[in-house]
Amino acid sequence: MLQKQRSSLAARGRAHAPVFAALGDETRLALVAKLSGGQPCSISQLTKGSKLTRQAITKHLRVLESVGIVHSVHAGRESLFEFDPTPIGQMREYLDFVSEQWDQALVRLKSFIED
Amino acid sequence: MNDRIEKRIELKAPISRVWRAVTDYREFGEWFRVKLDGPFVPGQVSRGQITYPGYEHLKWEAVVQKMEPERLFSFTWPHPKSMDKAEYALGDHSKDPTTLVEFRLEKTATGTLLVLTESGFDNIPGDFRLEAFRRNEGGWAEQIKNIERYVAKAA
Repeated sequence: MLQKQRSSLAARGRAHAPVFAALGDETRLALVAKLSGGQPCSISQLTKGSKLTRQAITKHLRVLESVGIVHSVHAGRESLFEFDPTPIGQMREYLDFVSEQWDQALVRLKSFIED
Repeated sequence: MNDRIEKRIELKAPISRVWRAVTDYREFGEWFRVKLDGPFVPGQVSRGQITYPGYEHLKWEAVVQKMEPERLFSFTWPHPKSMDKAEYALGDHSKDPTTLVEFRLEKTATGTLLVLTESGFDNIPGDFRLEAFRRNEGGWAEQIKNIERYVAKAA
């Protein structure tokens, strides 16, 4: 598993696009929710039940692909899309880390002021 | 996805005392654990060296944005790609992505309410490395759970 993390970290160029921005869209969040079950899906499967066209869904998938949240794999003539949780996990981990640093700093501020 | 951190803390001290602790560079340095070269001045770069144990190799470099007495103090600061000592030393930090940190003070019946926000995490690439993250091989399963929780909430 760590190996997978590392290979994804190595994909530097692509990872520079902001993950948050890619997720700041309802359609893309819905696509991520669908794919996060772990089962790779075709564009037809992902378009089913959506009001959007194949082209529109494909465009959203490309945005997710550009930040590494989604990867496409070829199965015969069809492209399947699969979810890669690594970038989201890393962002969360980073926010949690910064958040924890602030908690500690504010506790120090409180005792600095009140003691 | 939430791209900001917000903390609220009640301090049993008058607003003037809190303002000083937050904006006087020596007092700030005491609790934040950074040795700053000089006072905070809006529009100017504040430089120093982190003194927090384990992070002493990190430089402090922030750009002070606003200082509205007893109301608002804000600065932008960079997030280095790696905090690992060797990698940090080799890195070019002039292009590190930055976030905005704001301290807002409000008078309350018993003292002062401090609201701290840090925003702009969407500037930060998704591949930021943390030592803890790298060391923590078992963390992967936890990651998946976090993501599931996150996705369930967002859907």
